[in-house]
Amino acid sequence: MSPSADWTPQLIQGEIDALKHKPGALLPILHAIQDRVGYVPEGAVPLLAESLLMTRAEVHGVITFYHHFRTSRPGSHVVRICRAEACQALGARTLEAHAKASLEVDYHQTTRDREITLEAVYCLGNCACGPSISVDDRVHGRVTTESFDRLVEDMRTVPLEVK
Amino acid sequence: MVRVYVPCDTTALAMGADAVAARLQSEATVRGGDIELIRNGSRGLAWLEPMVEVETPAGRVAYGPVSAGDVPGLMDAGLLEGRDEHPLCCGPTDAIPYLARQQRLTFSRIGITDPLSLDDYRALEGFQGLENALAMQGQAIVDEVKESGLRGRGGAAFPTGIKWQTVHEAPGEQKYIVCNADEGDSGTFADRLVMECDPYMLIEGMAIAGLAVGATQGYIYLRSEYPLAKRILDEAIARAKQAGYLGANMRGSGRHFELEVRLGAGAYICGEETSLLESLEGKRGMVRYKPPLPAIVGLFGCPTVVNNVLSLAAVPYILARGSQAYADFGMGRSRGTLAIQLAGNVKRGGLIELAFGTTLREVMESFGGGTFTERPLRAVQVGGPLCAYLPESQWDMPLDYETFAEVGAGVGHGGVVMFDDSVDMAQQARFSMEFCKVESCGKCTPCRIGSTRGVEVIDRIVANQDRAANLELLEELCETMEDGSLCAMGGMTPFPVKSVMNHFPDDLQR
Repeated sequence: MSPSADWTPQLIQGEIDALKHKPGALLPILHAIQDRVGYVPEGAVPLLAESLLMTRAEVHGVITFYHHFRTSRPGSHVVRICRAEACQALGARTLEAHAKASLEVDYHQTTRDREITLEAVYCLGNCACGPSISVDDRVHGRVTTESFDRLVEDMRTVPLEVK
Repeated sequence: MVRVYVPCDTTALAMGADAVAARLQSEATVRGGDIELIRNGSRGLAWLEPMVEVETPAGRVAYGPVSAGDVPGLMDAGLLEGRDEHPLCCGPTDAIPYLARQQRLTFSRIGITDPLSLDDYRALEGFQGLENALAMQGQAIVDEVKESGLRGRGGAAFPTGIKWQTVHEAPGEQKYIVCNADEGDSGTFADRLVMECDPYMLIEGMAIAGLAVGATQGYIYLRSEYPLAKRILDEAIARAKQAGYLGANMRGSGRHFELEVRLGAGAYICGEETSLLESLEGKRGMVRYKPPLPAIVGLFGCPTVVNNVLSLAAVPYILARGSQAYADFGMGRSRGTLAIQLAGNVKRGGLIELAFGTTLREVMESFGGGTFTERPLRAVQVGGPLCAYLPESQWDMPLDYETFAEVGAGVGHGGVVMFDDSVDMAQQARFSMEFCKVESCGKCTPCRIGSTRGVEVIDRIVANQDRAANLELLEELCETMEDGSLCAMGGMTPFPVKSVMNHFPDDLQR
């Protein structure tokens, strides 16, 4: 994949150079890249390999091992539904089915309007007030199919705040 | 000026605390009142969140669960004077039975303080353990922890002092303290509460561990699902360093300890200590063979203490009050307190810190108040996704490591997840295998392939395809995974599955 509007090799190299002195630097660098770009572009792999004296296969292996790292651009918002036991006990399976049907996507897919990427998560640590989902970094508790629809509606209508 | 507290932990925020705080501020302004709004940690009474507290001459008074829309009505009913006229008033916070009946040693400060205030922390015994430790030899600190009887709170319950002793004795210029904050078990949130509501306690515990074993560098390996804990810890570490509790010359003692938070990346297996170390080294989180133990060959090949958040958080109390004060709580070989996290389908979920020995039924009924849905309780999973589902016949067991182990169950990290009678236990068994399939690191075959085959076999059982033979096959598969897996992921995934076969067999026969 070649550089796109999302990133440039200079940007990636900057993130690498800022952190590569740390012991075990690869994960912190991957986080930094994903926080900046929204995902870890395939084009970052050779830069990482070169800078950290690893093979491209090793870098690829690390990126693909961890559920958190994405290799393609997500929608404007990432919605994660907790699939774990405490949320199951309060209807997470129903919520999950509703989310997939109403958004017309499966996990790891993005809605046609590019607004929402749906992902699964195994526990958000809000287990006494489930079922839980997160929208970007924000956790929501006691989510019902109705409150889920309202959240989706908000995501699709509220313009992004420019700071 | 009236002091008003609105918690800022993940659960309070998930239930709308920011909107409540904003509304309190704007209503107070409109009414010409002057309030000092403090964002405290949570008291752990999750079902009351957001729980607003007001400081009165007689102590703090609680209101909950408060929504932004309730604020004007609460103000009308005298919230700022701490009056009890509104139905959401819970009375004096300390007298709320759920809280009053607990034995809070580790969690004595949460919700009372502003999590980032060093003054608040010091005012409630904070850093006394560290001050004591700075005047002690490493071996004396290790002995204190040994004598407290503290066992690893992450689930394995290995004596913390013995682990520290091994690292203390291991030769090596560089040693590490690693905090396992990869709290991945569903139904657990006590680590999160420590990090979001009382972060200095963890920092203090790690610094003491460093002094005990001669380590100068610590890492908190934090799951990426906890971004709020990351922000709070980073800020707390910076402030602690500024105040001389961390760094090259701790409190003028000439001792050295540095601390850094590292984020995981959504891999449950990285809660396993050797996989965690691989991940910290920047690799795939593949489980290592043991031996060598991490205490001898750990992070970057150096002697390393790997402890759970709650184990390290228990240490400041032990060093401040002495090992005996801690050991006075508990039963049998389970000394001290257990942080029970009551979750799932429960009316009053939250954090319950009690001495070991309370029965499960007591926790679920008198603290929990039964199910949220008000249907009969049917099954409860204690100790996380790798532990058994318990039927009613086992609810009178005391929470104690040995008692639970005797019946093939586990206390684990103290999570208690309740299910009502609408639960399909065959689906729960299937999920255990499915979860293992998703999260297995793939290094050993029983776990990697066994979990995939496990999902298929359970699907055939549920679909009534050659059921008797497939049930037998599932039993054999469980045995293979248990005996042949490299770590607890594959080795314990059969526990919930077998508990369904043993205690809820009808659900597999529909």
